[in-house]
Amino acid sequence: MNAKVDRKDENSSSNKNMEKEQGNGMQRRTVLKALAGLPVAGFLGFEILKKKNYDGYKREAVLKELGLDSIEFPQADYGKKSSSGDLIKVGFIGFGTRARQLSQALGFMHPDDVKSRQQNNTLAGWLQQEYLNVAITGICDVFDLHAEKGLATAKNEIRPGGPDAPKLPVKRYHSYQEMLADKDIDAVIIATPDHHHAHIATEAARAGKHVYCEKSPSLHEDELNELYTTVKNSNVVYQLGHQITQSVVFQQAKEIIKRNILGKITLIETTSNRNSANGAWIRHLDAHGNPKPGDEKSIDWKQWLGNAPYAPFSVDRFYSWTKWFDYDHGMIGQLFTHEFDAVNQLLHIGIPKSVSSSGGIYYWKDNREMPDSLHCVFEYPNHDLTLLYSGNLASSRSRGRVFMGHDASMELGSNAVITADRGSTRYARGIQSGAIDPSSPMISFNPGAGQIDAVSSASEKYYASRGLTTTTINGRAVDVTHLHVREWLNCIRNGGTPSANIEMAFQEGIACIMAHKSYVEKRAVEWDDKLKKIV
Amino acid sequence: MKNYSKLQLTALVVLRFLVGWHILYEGIAKLLNPQWTSAGFLDQSQWILSGFADWVTSNAGILAAVDFLNTWGLIAIGLGLVLGLLSRPAAIAGAALVFVYYLNTPPLIGLEYALPVDGNNLVVNKTLIEAAALCVLALFPTSKIFGLDYFLAKRNN
Repeated sequence: MNAKVDRKDENSSSNKNMEKEQGNGMQRRTVLKALAGLPVAGFLGFEILKKKNYDGYKREAVLKELGLDSIEFPQADYGKKSSSGDLIKVGFIGFGTRARQLSQALGFMHPDDVKSRQQNNTLAGWLQQEYLNVAITGICDVFDLHAEKGLATAKNEIRPGGPDAPKLPVKRYHSYQEMLADKDIDAVIIATPDHHHAHIATEAARAGKHVYCEKSPSLHEDELNELYTTVKNSNVVYQLGHQITQSVVFQQAKEIIKRNILGKITLIETTSNRNSANGAWIRHLDAHGNPKPGDEKSIDWKQWLGNAPYAPFSVDRFYSWTKWFDYDHGMIGQLFTHEFDAVNQLLHIGIPKSVSSSGGIYYWKDNREMPDSLHCVFEYPNHDLTLLYSGNLASSRSRGRVFMGHDASMELGSNAVITADRGSTRYARGIQSGAIDPSSPMISFNPGAGQIDAVSSASEKYYASRGLTTTTINGRAVDVTHLHVREWLNCIRNGGTPSANIEMAFQEGIACIMAHKSYVEKRAVEWDDKLKKIV
Repeated sequence: MKNYSKLQLTALVVLRFLVGWHILYEGIAKLLNPQWTSAGFLDQSQWILSGFADWVTSNAGILAAVDFLNTWGLIAIGLGLVLGLLSRPAAIAGAALVFVYYLNTPPLIGLEYALPVDGNNLVVNKTLIEAAALCVLALFPTSKIFGLDYFLAKRNN
């Protein structure tokens, strides 16, 4: 093939010898040839416009069919107004790992975390977090090391609000009673092991301190009743630590439920899927397999045990307390609580009529009491639905959280994916006409965009199912725990009831105590709505 | 260029239009989708460029810069090929860019990707072929006849 390239181009100017007329014709033809790309580009532009119209029409068609075309989500006021009102002085009761995360949500970070955030370039994002006009002025922990970490965190001036934020002295309290007696503390955050939650929260409410308490609300029915009555008869704002419902996706899922997109929901499946020693609450060893720090000299063990039966000190118990029923309800207390809250915030189903649980210790055969495989069935005959919980600590196969309705199902995670049901009555026509495809998601929410997508391309579907997006407000990734404490502080300042209030906490507490009782007593447990009692 | 037969010239121009169209639309589609980011693709990166990909995705500023350059780079290369404007640099840049895509997710034995794949590929995939096609276009230019480079060349003469 003689296709050698001649770089020196020939153009019409070299055709001087040609006749003038012919030359003009050649010239015109050469110029036209040179412009050959323009119609191609024009055609592409035309096709792009056509595709945009088609996609827009398709999206509108699905949304209209679902009655979602006029949906409007309230614009988040996040970061738009400066914190008004007085400074709130907060005390931490318990300063372990969770408290470290909570203090970051409040706007305080330990110098070590600042350093590691600097290294992975996430410090700037955190510093942009809304300044909440709070100061941590008290730390209470039975372990000296944790208390010192708390003090260093509270004193660190690298934080949102910068140098203008007030610098108040931080005090260490050696018992929570001491902290509750101090008039300088306005509110407390309780992040102790679960067996302390109810009685500390009750005493805090009696002392007039606002309460942010980690889940679970309570391990015992009588304690829960006392907490409920005390908070109800006080003016304090109680918020239970369930941050996931703060995600923008949840607001959108609420709208989906309200508009009955799913049809009648008769089954909800919730799961926990973990497969690691840490996930199974074996937490008393460091990365090298050596016991973590702490002994009876640096830990006030008697205070740590509190009302729980006596047990000799061990590093295992101190760090991996979830394994024993005296301190926690295992997966029910640590994981199902989040699931229950998610469902109850959406559907307001309240306390179940009956619960039966079963399971066992099938994989992590150490000194634990808590089962590593646990399945609970919550019956709600008055709502015509069953809530299932299935937790497993020896397989991380993702099983999701699914709301099953007659017309569609919704998988709710870091985003919401709604798929029409093949046997749906409502969408029968849409499915028949091809407008709705029951074999792939019908709509999904994109938290980044704050709007609804009718899912179209293969890769979009892929990302929707994986939930690679994060909760975003006004284009910024925001920590949901931060939003949850912010809601609590706003209610303290301006009045109002937070989302995980004492009513929700009571319903959750009862449901969890029932599930635990059912597992331990190996029988179905019922709720007597007249006597307000578990039977 | 004057040595091309009519059929050869036509085939090369058609190839240039097709590849240009594809690259231009890839760029415009990203521009039209405000949520688009290369993070998902880079997360899949497994071979010799996976370290580079990790570095890009772990840094929001660099990721934004890469997204911006990628989108506008594709549009510029696509326009260059379709219109025949600076077609040779466009083809060379395009070959390099597309080859980088290939190096991030080559269909080699033992490398598994979670992203949906178009067709069955072993070592060679359509991305590699597109990179090779761009090399051909760089070596067999047509834009001084069928392209705006005609005017550039005329002005230079």
